[in-house]
Amino acid sequence: MSLLFALFALASCLGAVAVVVSQSVVRMAFWLIVSLGSVAGLFFLCDADFVGAAQLLIYVGGTLVLLVFGVMLTASGPYLKIETSPAQTIVAGLVGLLFLFMVVATVSEVDWSGTKDRILSAGGHYKSASQLADARFDDASEGNTLRPLGLALLGVRTDLPGAPGYLLPFEIASVHLLVVLVGAAYLARAKRRRDTV
Amino acid sequence: MVSRLNQILLVGVADVAHAAGDSPWQPGLSEYLLVGAILFVCGVICMATKRNAIGVLMGVELVLNGANVNFVAFSKYSAWGLDSQLFSLFVIVLAAAEAAVALAIALNFYNNHLSIDIDRANKLKG
Repeated sequence: MSLLFALFALASCLGAVAVVVSQSVVRMAFWLIVSLGSVAGLFFLCDADFVGAAQLLIYVGGTLVLLVFGVMLTASGPYLKIETSPAQTIVAGLVGLLFLFMVVATVSEVDWSGTKDRILSAGGHYKSASQLADARFDDASEGNTLRPLGLALLGVRTDLPGAPGYLLPFEIASVHLLVVLVGAAYLARAKRRRDTV
Repeated sequence: MVSRLNQILLVGVADVAHAAGDSPWQPGLSEYLLVGAILFVCGVICMATKRNAIGVLMGVELVLNGANVNFVAFSKYSAWGLDSQLFSLFVIVLAAAEAAVALAIALNFYNNHLSIDIDRANKLKG
């Protein structure tokens, strides 16, 4: 478990760093595949099997193929590599290290277990730690999270009766996807190339 | 603060130390949050430094994945149960939609300018 976590965490972080460092767009796409696939492995380690599968299907199978198609349609001749100057790279690295230090320092300052206890004692959806333990979604015979997630998207919470369902966001997301489909097809339609500028 | 930072950054050392003992080290919430922070920072640097429009898009994907790692880690290690996983599902769907529209805009820009160097997108500059 800890060995798998170390493997996936190292692969995702190194893949992200390689995306930043590499100059060619195709290599960036490859390292992005490595990074996002390892993040899907982290999701599986967190008992989120459906989210991990969706990550693999939608990100690695859909979005990255879309990005690679974009690379193939736009990268032509001298614009395949657009270099940044070394001074800019050094400044970006320093600013990134400072930013990482700030984020990690902020996250490490928060007392996460105390926050969890306060949420439980304040009586949110979970009234107590024992109810949280009862609501674990680990019935492996039905898949760990598939059935509760699907029912929650239809507005029924089987893992936690009384908690809000997600029917309205689900419908909004479906209409949003339709609008995006029409809008993307309209924006990327074939038309005559303007040769000025 | 620095001591707690060291405590997080020296997780690997603790792993080796615990491997010799009887209680094996298990990844907790802070390790997942560290991975999420690294993904987020890499995405922000990618968005800021790449001059290729598709590189900027990849930076956005990295940022959204950092947020997703945090959501799923909170789902397991904190008092949010399935709600975090539902949020991360919506994040994945919206990221796919955003990538489609942004790619259409990039193709349109390429049709007009014959390059995808975003430094040349300066027509709105006064």
